[in-house]
Amino acid sequence: MIKVTIDDIEVEVEPGTTILNAARQIGGEVVPPAMCYYSKLPGTGGKCRTCLVEVAAGSTADPRPMPKLMASCSTAVMDGMVVKNKTSQRVHDNRGGVVEFLLINHPLDCPICDQAGECHLQDLGYEHGSAKTRYREERRTFDPIDIGNKIKLHMNRCILCYRCVHVANQLTDKRVHGVMHRGEHAEISTYIENAVDNDFSGNMIDVCPVGALTDKTFRFKSRVWFLKPMEAECSCTKCSGKAVVWMFGNEIYRVTARKDKYGEVENIEDKTAWICNDCRFEKKDPNAWNITGPRKIDRHSVISQGKYATKIDKGLNKIG
Amino acid sequence: MAGRKLLIENVHIPGIETFDVYRKNGGYASVEKALKKMTPDEVVEEVKKSGLRGRGGAGFPTGMKWSFLAKPEGVPRYLVCNADESEPGTFKDRYLMEKIPHLLIEGMITSSYALGANVSYIYIRGEFMYILHILEKAIAEARANGMLGKNILGSGYDLDLVVAPGGGAYICGEETALLESLEGKRGNPRMKPPFPAVKGLWGCPTVVNNVETIAAVVPIVNNGGEEYAKIGIERSTGTKLISASGNLVRPGVYEIEMGVSVEEFIYGDDYCRGIANGKRLKACIPGGSSVPILPAHLVTKTAAGENRLMTYESLADGGFASGSMLGSGGFIVFDEDQCIVRNTYTFARFYAHESCGQCSPCREGTGWMEKVLHRLENGHGTMEDITLLEEINKKIEGNTICPLGDAAAWPVAAAIRHFREEFEWHVTHPAEAQTRNYGLIQPRVEEIKAL
Repeated sequence: MIKVTIDDIEVEVEPGTTILNAARQIGGEVVPPAMCYYSKLPGTGGKCRTCLVEVAAGSTADPRPMPKLMASCSTAVMDGMVVKNKTSQRVHDNRGGVVEFLLINHPLDCPICDQAGECHLQDLGYEHGSAKTRYREERRTFDPIDIGNKIKLHMNRCILCYRCVHVANQLTDKRVHGVMHRGEHAEISTYIENAVDNDFSGNMIDVCPVGALTDKTFRFKSRVWFLKPMEAECSCTKCSGKAVVWMFGNEIYRVTARKDKYGEVENIEDKTAWICNDCRFEKKDPNAWNITGPRKIDRHSVISQGKYATKIDKGLNKIG
Repeated sequence: MAGRKLLIENVHIPGIETFDVYRKNGGYASVEKALKKMTPDEVVEEVKKSGLRGRGGAGFPTGMKWSFLAKPEGVPRYLVCNADESEPGTFKDRYLMEKIPHLLIEGMITSSYALGANVSYIYIRGEFMYILHILEKAIAEARANGMLGKNILGSGYDLDLVVAPGGGAYICGEETALLESLEGKRGNPRMKPPFPAVKGLWGCPTVVNNVETIAAVVPIVNNGGEEYAKIGIERSTGTKLISASGNLVRPGVYEIEMGVSVEEFIYGDDYCRGIANGKRLKACIPGGSSVPILPAHLVTKTAAGENRLMTYESLADGGFASGSMLGSGGFIVFDEDQCIVRNTYTFARFYAHESCGQCSPCREGTGWMEKVLHRLENGHGTMEDITLLEEINKKIEGNTICPLGDAAAWPVAAAIRHFREEFEWHVTHPAEAQTRNYGLIQPRVEEIKAL
């Protein structure tokens, strides 16, 4: 076990752990945000740069600080490493810069976006973004396209985290979509309007940190915060059958996998509980599910219940 | 007197691109010497002694890079030659490969032997397709003459050399993006660590070197590393190919001894012979488009008033405040008529076009800078835009996966640092900025004249 200090909190972790995962072992405020890293999908990370942290001391053996900010999701901790996240003004400033970059071409169509309420970009914008944009140019736009009959792609909202590409690589037999073009013109797309048609393709929706990939069976049906998430099980031969059904009254509006507080699909019995497309898109009848109880959601979101209240309380306390 | 030439001395001999003529003029001597008389470690040792530094831009000591190569049992090692020369203002590798292809082949054989690689690659940019044919012809000749293949020169050492073309993306000149592309994937740079020396091509230890670096191994092995180190000043040893372009009387590829003064290089009779059409020097980018631009008064002299020399250290003297970098040796000269804002916009457009789009600061930032600069250049800019550019720069620099972000940010930052009044002039005189250049009418020219 090796010792690492993050924001003055010491933690012991296995060798090879990344800074981000070490921070997650501490939990709470010291955890850097991650838009592209997804612990259940090997190979993700390093792209969005929102998880940049300052390494104030490399290790006990070599205590020099690292000159650049490091991507915490892909930098392994060393014994005696000292990391600054919340306590570093430099991190705060640069993270703000990254958020600004992510937002300049983002349509900010939260009022009509299905992801609103569980969108990581929304959270980041709330925490770091400024209220005004300095971007005077026209935003980059694409037409929304259907990829397969169940998934809608709004490329305008995409932040190119590559998570869905990894899902397609790792969960489905054949990847038919990917990133085309480069730089500002880079876009997620399928090869010649090919349909993404695979039993596990729906998981792309769950991993998408923004509203770029949405569930066509749920689009515009309801805001997520009006729905009641319930843990449910079914006997499915393709997947674990353990999911969350989002209900309004006695109706199931949508089905998702069970996600943890970082927005990642949970491990159940040491296996990531991805759900299949049948469970996700077809089983909207409450009788098809054995509903076991309410699901506690830490939405980690700007509009999760009480979040505004706590922020305001904190502010009032400061003043008072 | 022009200095010694180690790489392109024989370029003008007719037929040097063929094996026979090249061999008659002392070619492949380093292969014979290395394979027959030296162990691989001895070759690495000579390269270390030579003080050779990577000629692709970063200037990392080659011997040290080679000694970092992991050597696990039973795992192949690779040498990859980076011939994806795409830096605007740099065209030395193209010249070398086109005129004297066997020098690169010879360097590849000797270097591969030193590193214990049995398959080596030359990754060449897609636009150089005609050079690919030149290289393949040279490889076929070398193979026919026993310099490649099994049991080279009876030494028991086997080597295959493969030329692989890229699709013509600047980013594939970044070593890990190059490896991805060579593996047949999208050329996105990889996260480091692990470095290629540990996990490179197909997960095996790999060394990636520039064409000129590999070519320089030939004279180092032939004459010995110490002999090579005698040329140059301090930690900048040997000779360097400089691609001189811009408003010069005699632009072109020059092989210089490290340590020639910048003044001598621009104005000397053996080199560029001064600024074309009797005009005055306005600015110079000494190392390819990615390095900071220098205004005239900092080109030939450092901020401390010393002569600036063509070495890694001297060009970087003063840091980014008043220095630049030797980079890949893409020496771009601007005369008094050139518009710095326009030039900066051109570079920004290039980087926005070439960003791979993988990490957000570079993808969004380069595009944003391009648009702001476009606005400034076309007379729609505001004073806030100049500050905005500086801030975008700061947010990109150092925050990206690969150095492309830095390469995009530095030229813009330096242009604003040294030519801020010219940017401001574009804001205050939008109409004039469309028809004439700042340099002609402003007092700075007097300042330049005084030097």
